[in-house]
Amino acid sequence: MLELKNIKKQFGNRTILNNFNLQVPDGQIVAVVGPSGAGKTTLLRCISGLESVDSGQFLLDDKPFDPANNRDNDNVIGVVFQDFQLFPNLTVLANITLAPQLVLKQSKADSEKRAQELIDQLNLTGKESLYPYQLSGGQKQRLAIVRALAMNPKILCYDEPTSALDPDLRQTVEQIILGLKRDQMTQIVVTHDMQFAKNIADQLVRVEPIKA
Amino acid sequence: MLHYASQILPSLLSGAWMTIKIFFWTLIASIPLGVVVSLGLTSNIPPLRWILKFYVWLMRGTPLLLQLIFVFYGLPIIGIIFQRYDAAIFAFILNYTAYFAEIFRGGFQAIPRGQYESARVLRLTRGQTLRRIVIPQVVKIVVPSIGNEVINLIKDSSLVYVIGLGDLLRAGNVATARDVTLLPLVLVGIIYLLMTAVATFILRRVEQHYRAWR
Repeated sequence: MLELKNIKKQFGNRTILNNFNLQVPDGQIVAVVGPSGAGKTTLLRCISGLESVDSGQFLLDDKPFDPANNRDNDNVIGVVFQDFQLFPNLTVLANITLAPQLVLKQSKADSEKRAQELIDQLNLTGKESLYPYQLSGGQKQRLAIVRALAMNPKILCYDEPTSALDPDLRQTVEQIILGLKRDQMTQIVVTHDMQFAKNIADQLVRVEPIKA
Repeated sequence: MLHYASQILPSLLSGAWMTIKIFFWTLIASIPLGVVVSLGLTSNIPPLRWILKFYVWLMRGTPLLLQLIFVFYGLPIIGIIFQRYDAAIFAFILNYTAYFAEIFRGGFQAIPRGQYESARVLRLTRGQTLRRIVIPQVVKIVVPSIGNEVINLIKDSSLVYVIGLGDLLRAGNVATARDVTLLPLVLVGIIYLLMTAVATFILRRVEQHYRAWR
């Protein structure tokens, strides 16, 4: 379980998050909703360690946890970015296996075996040797999810997973996220799409802009 | 005429060898140095940035000819003495590093922040991120501009005549003045063309290699 206690985040003198509390139980899906500019993405960036917080505490499985300086490979927070940020110079397979090989020190064979399982699971079979530019939007997103999953994350975060896709792909994303839930993956989904959030979430969290 | 050409060819080729040596060593040193300087130019240590900006401004803002003269004839005045050949290599590396640094700076700035962030959440170190993700993308972006400088370098190398080095152009010049014929200079032109053709061919291949992805 991930817990956020009294998290405060400011940019200059603009307060984005003030005494923000959140509990993300294992295996659940938390959807973070709210108007744009409210700080949803900032929250996600704090959880994934891309921004440091000004005060407050993170607890992961009841132990204090600093996302911004966390180097423990058992406590990876995976992120699926809004624009995916795949590595254009690497093939689909290499996008997935790069970090497991370099960071988790998996052998080439092990990392590729695991990658292949995930590729099959997320319906990317046959795309292994393509480059990201050769994939459709939905395929890019699934690759981004596979790449994050290959690091065996404790939690998987999504930033606006429906915004870069055609509307009819929304259901596919729902199915993927719910499918990963069946595999006990803990997931945090930032979205402005209320219907989507209601369809997937065990818990809805609203982030509201803070009046100065 | 063929007989005459075969007579002067050895001296032209030995001149061409000097040109190739200067070309080769300048590239070997100034491309990696250019990467390092470009990282310094975009670093968040202001004094380092200022010093490197000044260096680039100085190198790009003054003629290479002046820099060659300065290194070989000027520096001995303050006790730094270079052999002719070393002086030429030193001046060329200093000059070309500045140009390459500016090209690489543009390349690095074209890489979206998101690439660094996605590498970071995957736990890659800074070095791994640069080596495996960023630099390949930068290289793809800069190859055409680097190619321009490479071609320029072949021709710029002729400037070493000013400090008395025997390169290709000087060899042709000497023969023309001695034998009162334009043929040596025509041959010199042909040899330069051959060298730039080889460089162009290699650069094309590099560009093609990077065309596999976008």
